[in-house]
Amino acid sequence: MNKPRHHLLSVLVENKAGVLARVASLFARRGYNIFSLAVAPTDDARFSRISIVVDVESSPLEQVIAQLDKLINVVQISELHPAEAREAELLLVTVSVDADRRAQVIQLAGVFGASVIDVGIDALTVMLAGQPTALDDFENVIASYGIVELQRTGRVALPRLGASRGTSVAGLSAVAN
Amino acid sequence: MQLTGAQALVKSLETQGVEVMFGLPGGAILPVYDPIIDSSIRHILARHEQGAGHMAEGYAHVTGRPGVAIVTSGPGATNIVTSLCDAYMDSIPIVVITGQVATAAIGTDAFQEADITGITMGVTKHNWLVTNAADIPRIVAEAFHVATTGRPGPVLVDVPKDVSLQMMEWYWPDSLDMPGYRPPSKPEPALIADAAELILAARRPVIYAGGGVIKSSGSPALARLAELTGIPVVTTLMARGALPDSHPLCLGMPGMHGNYTAVTAMQQADLLIALGSRFDDRVTGKVSAFAPHAKVIHVDIDKAEIGKVRRPEVGIVADARLATEALISALEPRTVTGELRSDRLEDWMGQLRRWQERFPLAYDSPAESEASGASGRLPLLKPQFVIETLRASTPDDTILVSGVGQHQMWASQHWRFEHPNSWVNSGGLGTMGFSVPAAIGAKVGRPDAMVWAVDGDGCFQMTAQELVTASAERIPVKVAILNNAYLGMVRQWQHMFYEERYSEVYLSADLPDYVGWAESMGCVGLKVETPEEVGPAIEKANQIDDRPVVIDFRTDSMEQVYPMVPAGASNDDIVVHPSQASRLAAS
Ligand SMILES: Cc1ncc(C[n+]2csc(CCOP(=O)(O)OP(=O)(O)O)c2C)c(N)n1
Ligand SMILES: [Mg+2]
Repeated sequence: MNKPRHHLLSVLVENKAGVLARVASLFARRGYNIFSLAVAPTDDARFSRISIVVDVESSPLEQVIAQLDKLINVVQISELHPAEAREAELLLVTVSVDADRRAQVIQLAGVFGASVIDVGIDALTVMLAGQPTALDDFENVIASYGIVELQRTGRVALPRLGASRGTSVAGLSAVAN
Repeated sequence: MQLTGAQALVKSLETQGVEVMFGLPGGAILPVYDPIIDSSIRHILARHEQGAGHMAEGYAHVTGRPGVAIVTSGPGATNIVTSLCDAYMDSIPIVVITGQVATAAIGTDAFQEADITGITMGVTKHNWLVTNAADIPRIVAEAFHVATTGRPGPVLVDVPKDVSLQMMEWYWPDSLDMPGYRPPSKPEPALIADAAELILAARRPVIYAGGGVIKSSGSPALARLAELTGIPVVTTLMARGALPDSHPLCLGMPGMHGNYTAVTAMQQADLLIALGSRFDDRVTGKVSAFAPHAKVIHVDIDKAEIGKVRRPEVGIVADARLATEALISALEPRTVTGELRSDRLEDWMGQLRRWQERFPLAYDSPAESEASGASGRLPLLKPQFVIETLRASTPDDTILVSGVGQHQMWASQHWRFEHPNSWVNSGGLGTMGFSVPAAIGAKVGRPDAMVWAVDGDGCFQMTAQELVTASAERIPVKVAILNNAYLGMVRQWQHMFYEERYSEVYLSADLPDYVGWAESMGCVGLKVETPEEVGPAIEKANQIDDRPVVIDFRTDSMEQVYPMVPAGASNDDIVVHPSQASRLAAS
């Protein structure tokens, strides 16, 4: 089996100005490809968590992690294996609908557990949160209705309960306070 | 005690033990230059900020302490980017303070505004934009800590003008809170044990010593490890002097212009013990063909270097000195078992000695060049001869600084390096113009030592104005220009790989008039055209201790640097001096 092309890194960083730019510019100058990236503060206001899906065809994961770890503001890096993580992503999509198709889209959204969050005369905006693969499926199906605009957040993840706490590949295994 | 941010900055530098800084003022840094008048710190006024940066590097190179440079915003800051990048590539600890426009003006394209923290993100180990005067002592302490620990490197602190003027209550942090910065130091014992077994099993081992040995003060340990195990050592361009060239186990420099024995020893080794070296492309040549039979032990303080280029059998993230000492401790008990008997490497050492005899560094005598009709009317000087004479005429602990080009390679080959921290050059970035200001910084750091710069005519023209700084500040450096009238190294590539189609590499030997230029800058200027004049001119220069000296050595333009591994080729395809080419087939 081919090795997976995408790896999810969960990167705990100090919540300081310019940290995202440091991470992004590191990826740019070393030629690493980011597939998706999501960032927000953690429950501890001193830190933010960046979830990065790395395209490792551009460079070995180990090298990406070692270079990231050199950034002074990067506190901890964990690789989350899909089997040991709970991943989630959010999708917003505006679909053009005429009168007959409106009900179909609403029904389809229901099947996927998505909710309609905005209704216009000839369009609907639907939101779906869930596993990235479920979002892929929904996106494929909804595409046939005519997507006006679509936005996904990139995935975030935490280790699965009961599974090992992800692989802490660099940095502290627990953040000291 | 209430201080302005500017006063706090200068006091922080004093508290850090800074004794000298190199800089050039301007609008945004003006508030900081006022307390400099009353400070114990010596300020040396450079004539260009790139020069200030290289001076700080030269100082750091020879003292092992961080060099400090201070410049204004905008063009002052961008002018020092080259020095930062140079220090980044060669892991030199420097701290650069830049002025910045007032915080309210940031982002408005204000006069002399440049996003210097953004610009230098990729060429500093870390940088800081100070937004509050109260943060200054903490940030300065962090900056010095980051620059000097782990893998050393340059850092930059950007200080907006209004922050310099703000009042703050002075303090000095007693601890630093940097949860993301944990430089490694000690090696893992289990890995040392694995490495020791590889060392005992090896029959064609080579120690591949890099700049990390010098930075970790690991030279004495390196000598002990080599002597304990009998393993020969190559010293890279950044590690010349890490083991004295006169040491019987020192094979000299490997790489693109390394000597035949050092290059070939690595190619044929069954074990490479890389200590603080990074498998740079100038050392490995074509990576897939590099040292194909060798197992690798790789010690580096930067984890990202382990496996970046070559996957080691044993990778050890640690300070090079501590790892070397740990290896010694692990191996010492094995002397009693006889596992380290020197005859285990007899065949290998015999092979190395034969290569050294067959393929010493070689160059034509002037007579040979003339006979072959290769050179012009004068009995032209051989640059290698100038360097050998210089070495023979200067004290053992002379500090040698070089620019970038052929002269740099001749200096690294033909000088006899006997001490760590006595060789200052721009390895990773290859920055023309490095040598004059770096020599000034080195002389400031080691006023007791004689400092000679070996420079190219092209390089000299990039930063020569810093000799004005040297004259004004009475910093008596000595500069030997190997004036071949060409951008010689580029000419060499055009000679070898572009069918001698010389494109934009001619400079002229007489324009500028180097002697006149040197004298106008307050130096003594000398010109040397024949071999007989070399020794006396150097003697004369050595006597002068109250001002800088520049000697314009007119050297043979046709001279090429040998050996050479063509770019991208395997190290097996090393090109030796033409006089030795016929011996290659036989070896
Ligand atoms: C700033 C900079 N520009 C260009 C180069 C490319 N380069 C490398 S060596 C060299 C020639 C250097 O000429 P010179 O100082 O006369 O030294 P020589 O090779 O003749 O000894 C050049 C242009 C460089 N290394 N650095
Ligand atoms: Mg030249």
